[in-house]
Amino acid sequence: MGLLDKQFDDGNIVLTSLEGVLNWARLCSLWQMSFGLACCAIEMMAASASHNDIMRFGVLPRPSPRQCDVMIVAGTVTLKMASRVKRLYEQMAEPRYVVSMGSCSNCGGPYWEHGYHVLKGVDRVVPVDVYVPGCPPRPEALLEGWMRLQEKVRDFSLVKPQNGKPQNGRA
Amino acid sequence: MNTKDMFDHLAALFPDLELQLDEDVPCIIVPPDAIREVGLQLRDDEQLLLDSLMCLSGVDFADGTLGVVYHLHSMLHNHKLTVKVVVPVENPHVQTVERVWRTADWHEREAYDLIGVIFDGHRDLRRILNPYDWEGHPLRKDYEVPEFYNGMKVPY
Amino acid sequence: MSQTLEALQEDIAAGRLKTDELVLNMGPQHPSTHGVLRLELVLDGEAVVKVIPHLGYLHRCFEKHAEAMTYPQVIPYTDRMDYLAAMNNNHGYALAIERLMGIELPERVEYIRVIMAELQRIASHLVAIGTFGMDIGAFTPFLYCFRDREYILDIFERTCGARLLYNYMWVGGLSHDVHDGFEKDVRDFIKRFRPTIKEVNDLLNYNKIFIERTANIGVLPVDVAVSYGCSGPMLRGSGVDFDLRRDDPYSIYDRFDWQVCVGKGEAGTVGDCWDRHMVRVWEMEQSCNIIEQALETFPPGDITEAIPKRIRPPKGEIYTRVENPRGELGYYVISDGSANPFRVKARGPSFVNLSVIDEISRGHLIADIVAILGSIDIVLGEIDR
Repeated sequence: MGLLDKQFDDGNIVLTSLEGVLNWARLCSLWQMSFGLACCAIEMMAASASHNDIMRFGVLPRPSPRQCDVMIVAGTVTLKMASRVKRLYEQMAEPRYVVSMGSCSNCGGPYWEHGYHVLKGVDRVVPVDVYVPGCPPRPEALLEGWMRLQEKVRDFSLVKPQNGKPQNGRA
Repeated sequence: MNTKDMFDHLAALFPDLELQLDEDVPCIIVPPDAIREVGLQLRDDEQLLLDSLMCLSGVDFADGTLGVVYHLHSMLHNHKLTVKVVVPVENPHVQTVERVWRTADWHEREAYDLIGVIFDGHRDLRRILNPYDWEGHPLRKDYEVPEFYNGMKVPY
Repeated sequence: MSQTLEALQEDIAAGRLKTDELVLNMGPQHPSTHGVLRLELVLDGEAVVKVIPHLGYLHRCFEKHAEAMTYPQVIPYTDRMDYLAAMNNNHGYALAIERLMGIELPERVEYIRVIMAELQRIASHLVAIGTFGMDIGAFTPFLYCFRDREYILDIFERTCGARLLYNYMWVGGLSHDVHDGFEKDVRDFIKRFRPTIKEVNDLLNYNKIFIERTANIGVLPVDVAVSYGCSGPMLRGSGVDFDLRRDDPYSIYDRFDWQVCVGKGEAGTVGDCWDRHMVRVWEMEQSCNIIEQALETFPPGDITEAIPKRIRPPKGEIYTRVENPRGELGYYVISDGSANPFRVKARGPSFVNLSVIDEISRGHLIADIVAILGSIDIVLGEIDR
C-alpha cells in the first residue's frame, strides 16, 4: 500500500465507486494456475523467482484450476494437450482470464508450418485476453503482459450495457 | 573390435543367417526375423558384450523399404556397433528386441508410432507420442498432414 | 461396529477381505510432473503397484522439422528440445554435422563451447536442484538456485542476446564471439557461485527432512540402469563411473583435470534419489573446475574461419553423442547429399531415463513418486520432441 500511505487527511474517509474498489481488489490478487507446458514455463518460473518476483503483483500460483483467476498458457499447445487445456479452462471459476505466453501459443510459433501435431494458436480452443510475444518472452515481457491484463480488469463495469453500449463509457 | 571383426565373429556363429556387412557406414545388416537371436548373442557374447543400446531409430528410406537402426555400445570393452534391419514397406514386420535391451521398449513404440514398423512380440506396442487415435505414421516420406483432428484444424 | 480389530486383522491375514486396485491419474496438469507428463498410477492402498507413463503431450515434431529444414535451420529446433540445456543440444548437433563433413574447429571455438556447455550444465542442475527441493516441500532453495542461475543467463545474454534458447553453436563455429569482459564475468561468477554450493548443502541436501524423504527411495540397481540405457546423473547415481566427456571424448574435455562424480550411498542405499541429487550438486563443482582451467588457457583467434559457406555434408550417416546435463544426448543423422538432412533422430536422455520409472517406483508410496520423478530430472520437451 505504499502508494496510499499518508495520502489522506484525517477523517479516514475515501470516496470511490464500488466498481473501482471491486476491480482494484480483483486486479491486485489475480491468482495464476501453476501450469507450464514448454520452454516458456521456465521463463514463467524465472518470473516468479528471485529476480523478477511476480508475486509483488499479488500473483499466487495455485495448482488447482478451481482456485485460479488466470491461466498462463506458457508453451506449445499440441493437439493431444488441446482438449486438456480446454477442460482446465472450463474448470476455472468465472471471471477467468487467459494469457497466451510466447509465439507457440499465440500462433504456433516456429512449428506453424511442419508441426503436424501442434495447435496453431491456443485461441482456437480458448478465448485469450492478452498475447505476450517472444520465443520465449523475457520475464519482463510477461510482467508487461500482466499489467496489460490488470488494465483490462480495471476497466470492467458492473452496469449492464444498454443498446449494446456500456453505461459509464467504459468497455 | 571393429565392425569387420564383429561381423566375422557373428558369421562364424550364425552360418545359416544371411548377415551382410556394409563397409561404407560401417554396419551389419541382419534379417528382420533373426534380430532377437542375434541381439541376444551380441549382448551376452564374452568378446562382444554389447550391453547398452544407445539408440534405436526407425528410418523410411524412401525407396520402398523401411529400416530399423540399432546403435550398440559395450560398457566394458568400450566398442560400438551399428546393426541395421531392412524391411519392405508393404510388410514392415521386425522381431522385437524389447526383452534383450529394455531401452528398446519405448524406442520401438516410437518407431512404430512415427514410421510404422511393426515389432512382432512386443508386449505393449501402442503409439507413444501421437494420440492413440492418430492416423498414419508422420515420419513416412509420403505422409500427408490431416486437415482436421478431433474437430481442430491442423494446418495453419 | 461389531467387528473387533483382532477379527479384522484375522480376516486380512486369511485373505477374506476383498481389496481392489485403484487407478489414480496424475497429470498432465500437475505441479510436480515438470511439464505435461501424465502418469497412470495403479495403487494398492497408498502403495504403488504399477506406473504407466503416457507421453506425447508436448510432441512438437522435431524430427519432421529436421527433415524439412536445411542443416543450419535445424539448430533453433534443437534448442527447443531440452530447453534447460540449449547450449548442450546445439553442441551435440553441431558436432554431428562437423564430424559428417570433417570440419576442424579453431581452438578458440572449442574453448568457448566447453565454457558455455559447462555454464549451461550448472544452470540446468540449478533448476533441477531447486525444483526437486520444491517438489519435496522446500521452497527457499528454489529461490537461491534461480538467483544464481540468473547470473549465468546474464552472461549468455551479453554474449548472444538470448536468455533461454540461444542458437549459439553453429556448424563450424559460433554465431558471435564472446563479449568484452567475458572472462572477468565468468571468473566473478565462479567466485561468487562456489560458496553458494555450500549454502544449498546446508539448506537442503543435508537437511534431515530432505534425507528422510529421499534416502532409500527409488533405488536403481546397476544392471537395471544399464539395461534400460539410463545415463548421466541417473547412471552415475547408481555408482557407475561413466561419463561421455571422459569415456567417449569429444571437444577438448581430455585436456582438463576433473573428476567423474558417482553416488556412494552416503545417506542410504547406492542409487537412491539422494545419490542422484547429490551427483548433480557435485557435478556443479566439477564444472566450475573445468571452466576455471579453460579460462586459464583461453586462446585468442577468429571464431568464424571454419564456418562453411555451404553446408552440404557428403552422403553418409553418423551417430554422435554428447554428455547433456541429463545424460547421453545422441543424434543420428543421415545425409543424402542435399541441403536438408534425410533423417535426424534425437535420442533424448530424459526419454530413456523416464522409461525406468515403473521399475524403480513399485512398492513405494504415492508421495515418493514425486521424489522419484524429481530425482530423474525430466524435461518434457526432450521426451516428446
